[in-house]
Amino acid sequence: MQNKKTQEYKKLAPGHNACSGCGQLSAVHAVMRGLTKDTIIANATGCLEVTTTAYPQTSWGLPWIHSLFENASSVASGIQAALKNRGDNNTKVLVQAGDGGTFDIGLGLVSGMWERGENILYICYDTESYSNTGIQASGSTPYGASTTTTPSGAQSIGSNQVKKDMLAIALAHGLKYVAQSAAGFPDDITNKVKKALATPGPSYIQILSPCVPGWGIGYDEAAMMGKLAVKTGLYPLLEYTDGKLSASSINANFKAEPVNSYLKAQSRFKHLGEAEINHIQMLAADNIKKYQI
Amino acid sequence: MKAKNKNQHQGQEILEGSRAIALTVNNIGPEVVSAYPITPQTHIVEDLAKFKANGQANFEYVRAESEFAAASIVLGASAAGARVYSATSSQGLLLMAEVLYNISGMRLPIVMTCANRAISSPINIWNDHSDAMAVAGSGWLQFFAENHQEAVYQHLLAYKVAEKMNLPALVNVDGFILTHSYEPVAIPNKSLIKKYLPARKLEAGTFLDTNNPVTMGGFFSPNDYLDTRKDICQDFDTSLAIIKKEYLNLKKIFKFKNNGNGLVEYSGAKKPKIILICMGSLAGTIKETLKKYADVGLLKITTFRPFPAEEIKKAIDHCVNIAVIEKAINPGSGGPLYLETKAAIFGHEKINIQNYIAGLGGHDISEKMIAKIIKEMRGRTTNKIKFVN
Repeated sequence: MQNKKTQEYKKLAPGHNACSGCGQLSAVHAVMRGLTKDTIIANATGCLEVTTTAYPQTSWGLPWIHSLFENASSVASGIQAALKNRGDNNTKVLVQAGDGGTFDIGLGLVSGMWERGENILYICYDTESYSNTGIQASGSTPYGASTTTTPSGAQSIGSNQVKKDMLAIALAHGLKYVAQSAAGFPDDITNKVKKALATPGPSYIQILSPCVPGWGIGYDEAAMMGKLAVKTGLYPLLEYTDGKLSASSINANFKAEPVNSYLKAQSRFKHLGEAEINHIQMLAADNIKKYQI
Repeated sequence: MKAKNKNQHQGQEILEGSRAIALTVNNIGPEVVSAYPITPQTHIVEDLAKFKANGQANFEYVRAESEFAAASIVLGASAAGARVYSATSSQGLLLMAEVLYNISGMRLPIVMTCANRAISSPINIWNDHSDAMAVAGSGWLQFFAENHQEAVYQHLLAYKVAEKMNLPALVNVDGFILTHSYEPVAIPNKSLIKKYLPARKLEAGTFLDTNNPVTMGGFFSPNDYLDTRKDICQDFDTSLAIIKKEYLNLKKIFKFKNNGNGLVEYSGAKKPKIILICMGSLAGTIKETLKKYADVGLLKITTFRPFPAEEIKKAIDHCVNIAVIEKAINPGSGGPLYLETKAAIFGHEKINIQNYIAGLGGHDISEKMIAKIIKEMRGRTTNKIKFVN
């Protein structure tokens, strides 16, 4: 879709076939608002690629490439090298991937890209599972979540692993800008994208993206779930500049809501008993302690 | 070092095979190079890194943390419109396999050298063709070089055909035998290369460009997917004639002569009773052996993909004794070159075609072994796959 006045294409046009009320797509719109038309996107395999590029149609008004599941970061490095060689310092390179492509199968390649120190912004839309293949557990799946490969049952609480700390991994690579946000906070997302792009070198933004079928929530609940994740302290809004925590939604005025309000609204957690809920409440308390500034 | 006999080796230097390839690639002028080290490919990429460090190269050298990443990096750069280069071998090529299929599906004209090496397990770093054969179906053009000079020219041909057809190309050079040996070789200069191979032509709407946004690598339904595979197959067929044409062009511009047409090269007896078929450096050993024979010929396959079936049929003509000597085997089936040759000549008179598997994991192939094969071919053959040792 082209704007007749500016001759610019809409960065992400409507008409894609993502689920109604998809948390990820709302986050993508907020990311797009932070970009200029001089941006090239490398996208990993996943819901975002499948729902926006069914040939011969596309929702993308920016140059966009999808190669494989695990290699969007390396593809971005190649694009960056081609731009550098022709003296183009203006065009920005953006990676978009889900948590499976980032935390699991693509982690080695993400690390390689960060080591090279290239000017690339990596966005991870974190649905806390492999949404596209049918809600299997990933390295990002939180404790207690029932997924199709960690189902809850008579002898299972769902996932008994702890969510991998990708932000710490990003910081360990010396990234100058690392941030966390959530669907439901579009302005926060857009601002962070702009800040990341203004910071030279690689940067990383992880955005909690509630998945309607994966989390078992209503079509109108994704934004609210993002907000609740932040309010409970389970998924705080965070920002690190030069390796230091520079902004957080958790501060002296922060009054945490009990995690129960968040857990009970989602079918992936509805099997949890008191002991598990108390454990998750403790994880939220740990976050509040860790990120208070 | 300059060659002593200037008349015989005009413009030639004694160079390591890897150095000859690296110098040629640098003169071709890629914009982005990315690779991951693996024996016996290392000397090529070390040389390229050295050229860059010494200010003798204009490309970006991107250090990759795996072959998977290296292939993906050149994929991204090529999609952004750059001429790119990579090199690998054996395990590295197999690790790249997923990306190789993706590159050909995206119709990116990437050129890569494969220093052919055996595949683990057991681990072995020496030469055979198992690596290249494992990706024979990945949609890459595949050339096989006999010696340093042929490797040099095949890199030019590879870029030319790749960029013309929007197909990726793999140039196969036998690990150690070519990559680490020294031979007299002429390195084409930049201006002559430019005449043969001008900068990559970019059509609007075919690469990542902020002035003309395109979506690459979208999601294809069954009907559209099938069409893309059909397109690639048709373009592989078309590239048979393109390779012949561009090889002729290459000979004219770089002024060299041989019996080859870019696809195959026949040498030896005019009316052979036996024809030996092979690929790569083994052709050199066979040519030496055949000097003692008046009724044996050699058909060297220089292009394996597309497979030059018609050329093979033509070259074999009325000869009925064919021995395919090759450095790869599909367990439970046969040598890939043998199987494809057999399919190509199906229905051709009463042909007797024998498969010899030789040189696996760097096993030496001597002139004596070739003589033994010729002797066997004169008697009754069994049509069973034979391992030469």
